[in-house]
Amino acid sequence: MAKITFIQPDGTEQTVEAAPGMTVMEAAKKELVPGIEAECGGACACATCHVYVDDAWHEKVGPPSEMEEDMLDFAFDVRESSRLSCQIKVTQELDGLIVRVPEKQF
Amino acid sequence: MSADGTQGATPIETDALIIGAGPVGLFAVFELGLVDIKAHVIDILDKPGGQCAELYPEKPIYDIPGLPVVTGQGLTDALMAQIKPFGATFHLGQRVDVLQKAGDGRFRLVTDTGTTFLAKVVVVAAGGGSFTPKRPPLAGIEAFEGTSVFYSVRRMEDFRGKDVLVVGGGDSALDWTLNLQPVAKSLTLLHRRDDFRGAPHSVERMRALVADKKISLLIGQMTALHGDGGVLSGVTVKTKDSESRLAVNRLLPFFGLTMKLGPVADWGLNLHENLIRVDTERFETDVPGIFAVGDINWYPGKLKLILSGFHEAALMAQAAHKIVYPGKKLLFQYTTSSSSLQKKLGVS
Repeated sequence: MAKITFIQPDGTEQTVEAAPGMTVMEAAKKELVPGIEAECGGACACATCHVYVDDAWHEKVGPPSEMEEDMLDFAFDVRESSRLSCQIKVTQELDGLIVRVPEKQF
Repeated sequence: MSADGTQGATPIETDALIIGAGPVGLFAVFELGLVDIKAHVIDILDKPGGQCAELYPEKPIYDIPGLPVVTGQGLTDALMAQIKPFGATFHLGQRVDVLQKAGDGRFRLVTDTGTTFLAKVVVVAAGGGSFTPKRPPLAGIEAFEGTSVFYSVRRMEDFRGKDVLVVGGGDSALDWTLNLQPVAKSLTLLHRRDDFRGAPHSVERMRALVADKKISLLIGQMTALHGDGGVLSGVTVKTKDSESRLAVNRLLPFFGLTMKLGPVADWGLNLHENLIRVDTERFETDVPGIFAVGDINWYPGKLKLILSGFHEAALMAQAAHKIVYPGKKLLFQYTTSSSSLQKKLGVS
């Protein structure tokens, strides 16, 4: 199992356990982490599971694919560290991962 | 398929009106057709298929019985072929705003473009609701909508002589940049990255206009709107290394579509957490004659699967038959063996 910490815009932290193979979005939905809406259910067809990957984890998580980059056009306040959490697969390597939830999904 | 310009005055009369052209709405055409009920279908999108066509046309679906794998578009195309014999009329690019009882036991429906229908039965197959443009979460944006902020261009004249800001990187943003450039006083295209999803030839034409200094291209994002009384005077734009205020009085944000329940909530139907409550024998709402099938309905044990919606459509059609053909007995038949069903399908 890998531990993933979600930090809300107000600073609230929530750490969830995720099994390798599931996505960071699924890990968030399972534990009802606020602010991860995932309207399309993980099809990379909306942008409502947008997160900012913590700087320290940026490299390990890697960049978005071309399709995800296109979908990020539909997100708000996109930054260098932006990813769609449904496109981040949990691996043991990501144990301890920290992501920030944006002010608003839209 | 016909896009129609029928306006308010003369209603279109039909046995059944299906709201939503997603997979379940399409299959409802089939099930109703087998029991001799003709249908008209309305959808807000400009094409049939609903979420399958809009959200995941290329994505494989693995749980359609008999089809080990099919894409959203593939399923839509197959359903369109399957329902072809029944000649349903499609009214695309329209949203049903009004659903009320007509005096004669039928239902009166009016769309946002003014098309009016009189239907004996109504089948709500609206899925997750209607697709509506995404509204950027900028403070106070609602106040400018319809006067300075638009999510589509209905009249180019609204933009004549204006300072226009178009935001987005897809075909809508590019097309309207190209179309409005000749009428606008100034036009700026804003996108978060210097990479566009739109058709390559549109991107080329846009870049040519930038090179000719006919339009400006900015790479960045909106952070605030300025103005008073619904009149926009400027937009703050954050680029990689600076933040500046752009003097514009028209804004066209193109951030794709999202699903909203929309007018369904106003039709007086019994709702359960924004879903329409139905019985599981007829999939009828608490208003006799109005049915709800697919993702939009709720009953104990409901699973939001396309295959559940197909089953619901079959039972709905049996119940609708009693309303459309009162007193007429319905003989249960199989398509494999019934010559009358095969005739309807055009295969015998």
